[in-house]
Amino acid sequence: MAAQTTQRPELLRIEGISKRFVKPVDLAGRIANMMGASNREAVVHAVDGVDLSVAEGEVVALVGESGCGKSTLGRVIAGIHEPTEGRVFWRGQDIARMDSAARQAFTLGAQMIFQDPMSSLNPRIRAGEIVGEAPRVHGLVDAAGQAEYVSTLFRQVGLDPDYRRRFPHQFSGGQRARIGIARALAVKPKLLVCDESVAALDVSIQAQVLNLFMDLREALGLAYVFISHDLGVVRHISDRTFIMYLGRVIESGRTDEIFREPAHPYTRALLDNVPRLDARKRSFSTVKGEIPSPLHPPPGCHFHPRCPMAGPRCAVEVPRRTTLAEGRIVACHLADGGVAAAA
Amino acid sequence: MAEPVLAVDNLATHFFTRDGVVKSVDGVSFTVAPGEVLGLVGESGSGKSVTGFSIMGLIDPPGRIVSGSIRLKGEELVGRTEAEMRAVRGRSLAMIFQDPMMTLNPVLRIDTQMMEAVHAHEKVSEKAARDRAVQALAQVGIPSPEERLSAYPHQFSGGMRQRVAIAIALIHRPALIIADEPTTALDVTIQSQILAEVQKLCAESGTALVWITHDLAVVAGLADRVAVMYAGRIVEQGLVDDVLDRPLHPYTHGLIGSVPGEAMPGKRLMQIPGSTPSLGRLPPGCAFEPRCSRAVETCRAGAPPLAQGSQGRAYRCINPVPAEEAA
Repeated sequence: MAAQTTQRPELLRIEGISKRFVKPVDLAGRIANMMGASNREAVVHAVDGVDLSVAEGEVVALVGESGCGKSTLGRVIAGIHEPTEGRVFWRGQDIARMDSAARQAFTLGAQMIFQDPMSSLNPRIRAGEIVGEAPRVHGLVDAAGQAEYVSTLFRQVGLDPDYRRRFPHQFSGGQRARIGIARALAVKPKLLVCDESVAALDVSIQAQVLNLFMDLREALGLAYVFISHDLGVVRHISDRTFIMYLGRVIESGRTDEIFREPAHPYTRALLDNVPRLDARKRSFSTVKGEIPSPLHPPPGCHFHPRCPMAGPRCAVEVPRRTTLAEGRIVACHLADGGVAAAA
Repeated sequence: MAEPVLAVDNLATHFFTRDGVVKSVDGVSFTVAPGEVLGLVGESGSGKSVTGFSIMGLIDPPGRIVSGSIRLKGEELVGRTEAEMRAVRGRSLAMIFQDPMMTLNPVLRIDTQMMEAVHAHEKVSEKAARDRAVQALAQVGIPSPEERLSAYPHQFSGGMRQRVAIAIALIHRPALIIADEPTTALDVTIQSQILAEVQKLCAESGTALVWITHDLAVVAGLADRVAVMYAGRIVEQGLVDDVLDRPLHPYTHGLIGSVPGEAMPGKRLMQIPGSTPSLGRLPPGCAFEPRCSRAVETCRAGAPPLAQGSQGRAYRCINPVPAEEAA
């Protein structure tokens, strides 16, 4: 059940999305199996039963640490990965049952901006062509109008249109991030999926790009799915936040409410551990242990081996999603009858 | 005040490239007292890492320390031969890098690498060296250190690898550790664990620490003093509370305003226009002048002099941020 707190029309909704990656047994393993070994294919549950919706003009953040599945989920939302299970709705229509014109509208409507602009920009193509190619191919602009169109986009993201003839390596990191944004904007999307898009930038450049994201939201009514490990960025930019841990959403709700009153012990730990400017010479509170491998997640609640509140029930039973308030959901036994052994 | 462990005075490290001289570090001075944590903060290309490498004596051609002095416990390091530096490095001076995979040899077991580090500076038995290694691993919070000793680096997670790197740095109880962005690549909860360990170790052993980072918030939580670098110079330094609560240099002020999570959510962040200048083509006056909102005519004339206040507060700006704006 995704939060339904927004009055704005829904742009995208996903229901019960799971994505599994399977690593088949290799030749050596198969030969060993013939001799009596028992090698099995390895399955990673990168995303495990996630529901989420994005309204028009809304900023939704996906937060979590390495291996929590936030990037995979972002790629499913952007239409790059096919989900193993579950359905994706674009403006109320199931994308698996769309005709090709509607599918095209979804493909162009949801665009992705990647973390490392250098590895997502072709080093041998000029910036103007990187930005202008997709709209020309999709017939949004003809070849004659491409230069003017690209110049407008360049100005929109704060780049000098004279730089159209340059190659990616001739730009600074912040400028390359802007090229990536211009390329996504070129096909007039309604939703931008930003995967750690500011993580590699210096603080002062990061601030410029975040401001640009907010300006574009206002000017174009864009919605964002903002994937980040940086809670400061998330708090600043997002309306709603989904906290993920090993493939599952463990808490979701309005960003200000989650930051004011985190309900899940993991969310609380994350918030406690964020370095803050006003926390001076502090003693760092620590969550014990490491993030388990997604290949072998712990049974029950994935967080229980590290959780200070865990009880016997947590090790055996997967916590249900409990609605705390409207649009506020937490998956924790503490909110659902306690952590003592199940009846 | 106790005699400083490290005193860097007017250090200049330049790189002589085909495209001209790059003044990566140009007149940097600071001191670190025993047990003190100094946060050296700056963005890409500010010279913070080159400062660290200069202290370690790890500057290779075309780079060279062209002037200045680096004194470790009163002894001059600049001008020492490579052999003399090897005797210091790893013994009284150690460094932790951002990527522990580059510190650790991927084809050697952890015990081999750690015992080698012990033997580099001390003639002790195999048994004693192994005990020291176990001790060091336990000290940084690695569970069952005896077993983990025989593992290879790839069998550790990123956070554990960084702990091993820290353990190796600690093995000879150095007077000073230079840490170059050691937690930047780690997840928040893991970063927090490492910061807690480091904090404890410095307090217990009296080891001084220079923590090089781009993250002001980490410095706020960890350091006693902070030095902010821009284009090869320290533009402002002082006690963490003084600098973060009342920044004087417009660059420091802008950096603090750029940190999301501090400003009102949804509002525009304060932004510093433009990007960091190329070190080969610095403006003649203050290097920050082209991006500075408080720049005046005289900023273009020459490099601003160092203004000094109490408790080691110093800044390079002729038109500092007034108190009512800094808050």
